[in-house]
Amino acid sequence: MDSPRKNSTQPGTAGAGGLSAAEPAVIAKGLTRRFGALTAVDHLDLEVRSQEVFGLLGANGAGKTTTIKMLITLLPPSHGTARVAGFDVTAQAAGVRRSIGYVPQMLSTDGSLTAWENLSVFSRLYHIPRRQRRQRIAQALAAMDLESAAHQMVREFSGGMVRRLEIAQAMLHRPTVLFCDEPTAGLDPAARRRVWQQMRGLIAQEGTTLLLTTHDMEEAEVLCDRVAMMRRGLLVALGTPDELTASIGPDAGLEDVFVAYAKDQGEAEGRFRDVARTRRTACRRG
Amino acid sequence: MSPAPGARRVAGADHESVGKTGPWHWVLTIARFLSETAAIADIEVRKLRHDPLELLARAVQPVLWLLVFGQVMARARAIPTGGLPYLDFLTPGILAQSTLFVSIFYGIAVIWERDLGILHTFLVSPASRAALVSGKALSAGVRALAQGVIVYVLAAALGVHLRTGLAPLLGVVVILVLGAAVFVTFSLVIACWVRTRERFMGIGQILTLPMFFASNAIYPISLMPGWLRAVAHVNPLSYQTDALRSLMLPHGQSAFGLGTDIAVLAGAVVLLAAAGARLYPRVTR
Repeated sequence: MDSPRKNSTQPGTAGAGGLSAAEPAVIAKGLTRRFGALTAVDHLDLEVRSQEVFGLLGANGAGKTTTIKMLITLLPPSHGTARVAGFDVTAQAAGVRRSIGYVPQMLSTDGSLTAWENLSVFSRLYHIPRRQRRQRIAQALAAMDLESAAHQMVREFSGGMVRRLEIAQAMLHRPTVLFCDEPTAGLDPAARRRVWQQMRGLIAQEGTTLLLTTHDMEEAEVLCDRVAMMRRGLLVALGTPDELTASIGPDAGLEDVFVAYAKDQGEAEGRFRDVARTRRTACRRG
Repeated sequence: MSPAPGARRVAGADHESVGKTGPWHWVLTIARFLSETAAIADIEVRKLRHDPLELLARAVQPVLWLLVFGQVMARARAIPTGGLPYLDFLTPGILAQSTLFVSIFYGIAVIWERDLGILHTFLVSPASRAALVSGKALSAGVRALAQGVIVYVLAAALGVHLRTGLAPLLGVVVILVLGAAVFVTFSLVIACWVRTRERFMGIGQILTLPMFFASNAIYPISLMPGWLRAVAHVNPLSYQTDALRSLMLPHGQSAFGLGTDIAVLAGAVVLLAAAGARLYPRVTR
């Protein structure tokens, strides 16, 4: 494979929004979310460096998506604080929203519109100046190799094309931090690699920090500078893929790390809704 | 996409530099709200342009009410309408009913958008929640206007006497958009509360028909028993029908007064939109 493997983590430049030079793009301190008696995320401490590609790994129900939802202001934390791109997720939610892009696990573009129309709506919601919109949309589509499909209805797209369109949409306003929840779940290997390659190229060009969740250990190895393992809402391991595999044994891969840390999670702990969502997404991508 | 990472700017950062208390801040805030609302409503216009057949499918219900129910009841002469032919009396009621039926299921569309992930990307954008809700309301207004065209054409074909001046037509447009906004925001509040399609379907059915029958859409309120009359007086559909009746028909009279109708509908929109904007993010939790 023409590997899009990680670029070296660079020191933070004077970033956009509220992010000062060298400040981590994401900082979580004691971040906790409870749903009734269930503690989905339990006192999470985390720092993601500027322009780093950071992976959150864990079994279903480990708390990855809940963590992302708190960081992108969709879910208020029960306790703790977090700053994204220099903005507090609770007190400065508007600043966070202007500074981030988000690609949810589910397919989030509107199938009954064309690719161009989908991006056009978001260019307006992000208040990209009118005179720049056309050029920015064309550039985003070109970066994801979708120019020829620009005026095609999205419902006619393949799963890989939809995912690339979603990344184009999330990057349209040049966010400081991009969040991707299971970016390639349900894609065939060829489509998956194309998504990795183009996503890497685009975030490197833009100097964007990427925080992704995944179950896919190959994805984590190919994309991530550092990974964190979550289990039952707790962060149980953190390091580069090489550091984590070395901690398990000389011939270990990230999959062995995943199995070693997720073994106590229990098969019954993935919520029905999570599993249903993953399967529905995979099914829609064909 | 951009020339250099360090040169990246966050979209919309411009208006913060203006200051949060100056008059420009308010002007820009309102301009952004209107622009975001229009962007959401534009989605609906584009969808209708891609699939105009959907409008024809939506036309079936008002056609049946006017052609079947209207014609039969007109012959029965059973309903006192204050001197109006029954079909004339019924036409504004059926247009109001169409607005209700088009709008009330927007809530389920929002739950569907949540399940698809579309709603998450809207809620993570800098667009205000109020603009997202208002955009949905305006979207339903667009569909209600399309229903209005269908009902006008059909009613004219059936010999209903309609006012055609610019002022009454503009008035009808305003009332259709206002009525649609009331029912959409009501529907969104329910969606935020129930959060699943199955529950919404049940509640939607329970609400829609009683709202229709407990209104002046197909018979005057004076025919109702006291308790139902009280319900009809707090039912926004009654005020929408009343306003449409006075604006659409040459001899139509408003029972509540056009000013009251507009005030009730506008007040309901403001209250429900505020509640909807507050509750909207709940759908994704």
